[in-house]
Amino acid sequence: MDIQSLQTHARHVRQDIIKMTAKAGAGHPGGSLSCTDVLVALYFDVMKNVDPADDKNPLRDRFVLSKGHAAPALYGTLCERGYFDEKEFDLFRQLHGILQGHPDIKKCPGVDASTGSLGQGISIAVGMALGAKHTGNPCHVYTIIGDGESQEGLVWEASMAAAHYRLDNLTVILDHNGMQIDGTNDQVMSLGDIKAKAIAFGYDVIEVADGNDMQQVLDALYAPKCEGKPRYILLNTLKGKGVSFMEGQVGWHGKAPNAEQAEQALKELED
Amino acid sequence: MEKKAVRVAYGEALVKLGAENDKVVVLDADLAAATMTNGFKKAYPDRFYDCGIAEADMVDIAAGMSTMGLIPFCSTFAVFAGRSYDQIRNGVCYPKFNVKFGFSHAGITLGEDGGSHQAIEDLALMRVLPNMTVFVPSDANECYQCVEAAAKIDGPVYIRTARLPSPVYDPRPFTPGKGTVIRDGKDCVLFTCGIMLEHVMDAAEKLAEQGIDAAIVSFHTLKPFDEQLALEYTAKCGKVFTIEEHSIIGGLGDTVASTIIGHGVRSFMKIGINDVFGQSGKPADLLREYGLTGPQIAEKVLKNL
Repeated sequence: MDIQSLQTHARHVRQDIIKMTAKAGAGHPGGSLSCTDVLVALYFDVMKNVDPADDKNPLRDRFVLSKGHAAPALYGTLCERGYFDEKEFDLFRQLHGILQGHPDIKKCPGVDASTGSLGQGISIAVGMALGAKHTGNPCHVYTIIGDGESQEGLVWEASMAAAHYRLDNLTVILDHNGMQIDGTNDQVMSLGDIKAKAIAFGYDVIEVADGNDMQQVLDALYAPKCEGKPRYILLNTLKGKGVSFMEGQVGWHGKAPNAEQAEQALKELED
Repeated sequence: MEKKAVRVAYGEALVKLGAENDKVVVLDADLAAATMTNGFKKAYPDRFYDCGIAEADMVDIAAGMSTMGLIPFCSTFAVFAGRSYDQIRNGVCYPKFNVKFGFSHAGITLGEDGGSHQAIEDLALMRVLPNMTVFVPSDANECYQCVEAAAKIDGPVYIRTARLPSPVYDPRPFTPGKGTVIRDGKDCVLFTCGIMLEHVMDAAEKLAEQGIDAAIVSFHTLKPFDEQLALEYTAKCGKVFTIEEHSIIGGLGDTVASTIIGHGVRSFMKIGINDVFGQSGKPADLLREYGLTGPQIAEKVLKNL
C-alpha cells in the first residue's frame, strides 16, 4: 500500500482513539497515539494472511499487543481494517462491550492474545513463535512492548528464551516514547542503554530514529531477517503523537480528553 | 504393597500420552529430573522444551504454544504456582487456553527442602480461578487417569503431585469431577484427597477397632467438585471430617464446607496444615509433627465425634 494511504489510515485510527477514550471518559490515549503508525503498517501492509473474513486462518501472521493498555490503537486499527463496525466504539470499556479495557481474545475479533498484565504479551508471543516453528507454520509473530513495560523481569526472561530458541520468526517492537504513568522512564526506573541490552540479550536490533514516520517504520519492518535471531525494532516515538497538547506529556498516559479537548484534537487530526 | 511416587506416575503418563498424541509438548523449568519429565525428554526430545529457571515465562510460552494447536504440559514444583500465578491467571485461564500444569512436590511430604518449598496453598490458588480444572490424584494409577483426562479437557488443568512414594491401589473407575467411595460407613465420613488417602485408610481401621464405622470418600477432582457425593455422605453420616496435606484454608476442607453448609451437618472438622508454614524433616516425621498420621487422625475423629 502506498505511504499516503497508510498515513490516512493512521490518521483515522488516531481519530478513533480520541473518540473512543473521550466517549468512555477513560483509557490510555498517549501510548496509543505513539504506536499507531506501526500498528497500521503491520495490519495494512506487512502482516500476511490477515483477513477479517477469515480471522482464524492458521497461517495468518500473529500480533500481540504486549502493552495492552494501548488497546484503543489496536481497536482503531482492527476497525479500520474491517474486523468490526465502529459502533462498537460506543461500548469501549463499557458493560457487555467487545472492546474491553484491555484486549480480550474471547470477545474481540482479530485479537490473538489477551493482554494487559505487562510483560506477559511478549512471553506469549515467544510461545507462539516457538509453537509455529514446532508445527512448521510459516507465520511470523509480531509484538509491541512498552518502555515502561520493559521494567518487568518477564520481558527479559522471554527475550532470553527467544534468542535461545533462535526465533527468527519473531519481531519485538519497542514503542519507546520515554514515558510511563508516574513520569519519564528515567524518573521512574531508568532503562539504561536499552539498545545495548537488547543486543546483549541476543536480538538483531534495528533502531528507528522516528518511529512515527511511516516510511522509516516500513523500512524497519521489511528489513531482511537475520537467520536464527529474533528481531528487535527500537522505535523512538512521541507520546501523544498527532495531538499537539498531548505530545510529550506524561499526564496523557491514562487520562481521557474531555469533550472540548476531544473536539480540538479531532480538528488537528482532520483529513 | 507396591509404592510409587505420584510424580513418577506423572512422568510415565506423559511418555504414554506422547506416544498417542503428537500434539503434546512438555515444558519444564530446569527440574526435569525432579518433576520426572525427563522420561518424556528422553523419548521425545523434539517435543520437550526447557524454559530455564523462569517459571513465569514457561507458563506464558505454553500459552502461546497452545494457540498453535499444541497441548503443552508445564511442570515445576507446586510452590512455584505462586511465582507464576499472574501468568496462570491472565495468560492461561482468562483466555481459557489449553495448557496443563503438572506441579509436583506438593505439601509437607516434600520433606527435607523445607518450608520454602512445601506448597500448602496451591489448591486454594488454583481452585479460585475460573476455567481451571483441579486434579489431586491419590496414587499412581489415579495419576495416569488424571493425565489422560487432562489431555482431553479443552482448557487449563492443574494436577497436583507428590514427591513421596505412596501405596499404589488397584485401578478404580475414573470420571473427572466425580469422587470415589473408598469405604462405606455410617458413623462419620472422612473426605480426603491426594496421598493422604493412605493415612485416612489407616485411621479408619483404627476407628473400626474402636467400633466406629467411618466412611472414606476420596476426591481426585477438587474442581469441578462432586457436590452430590459430598452431600450424600453428609446426609448419611452427619459427622464430617476433611483431611488434606494443604492449608485448612482454601483447600479440600473449605470446598467441602461451602458445599455442605446447611445440609444436615451435625459436626464438621478440617484436618490439615493449620495456617502455618512447614519445615525441614523426613516426610514421616513431618506428618507426625503436623498431626497427619493415621493414629493421629483417628484420635482427632474420636475426640470430635
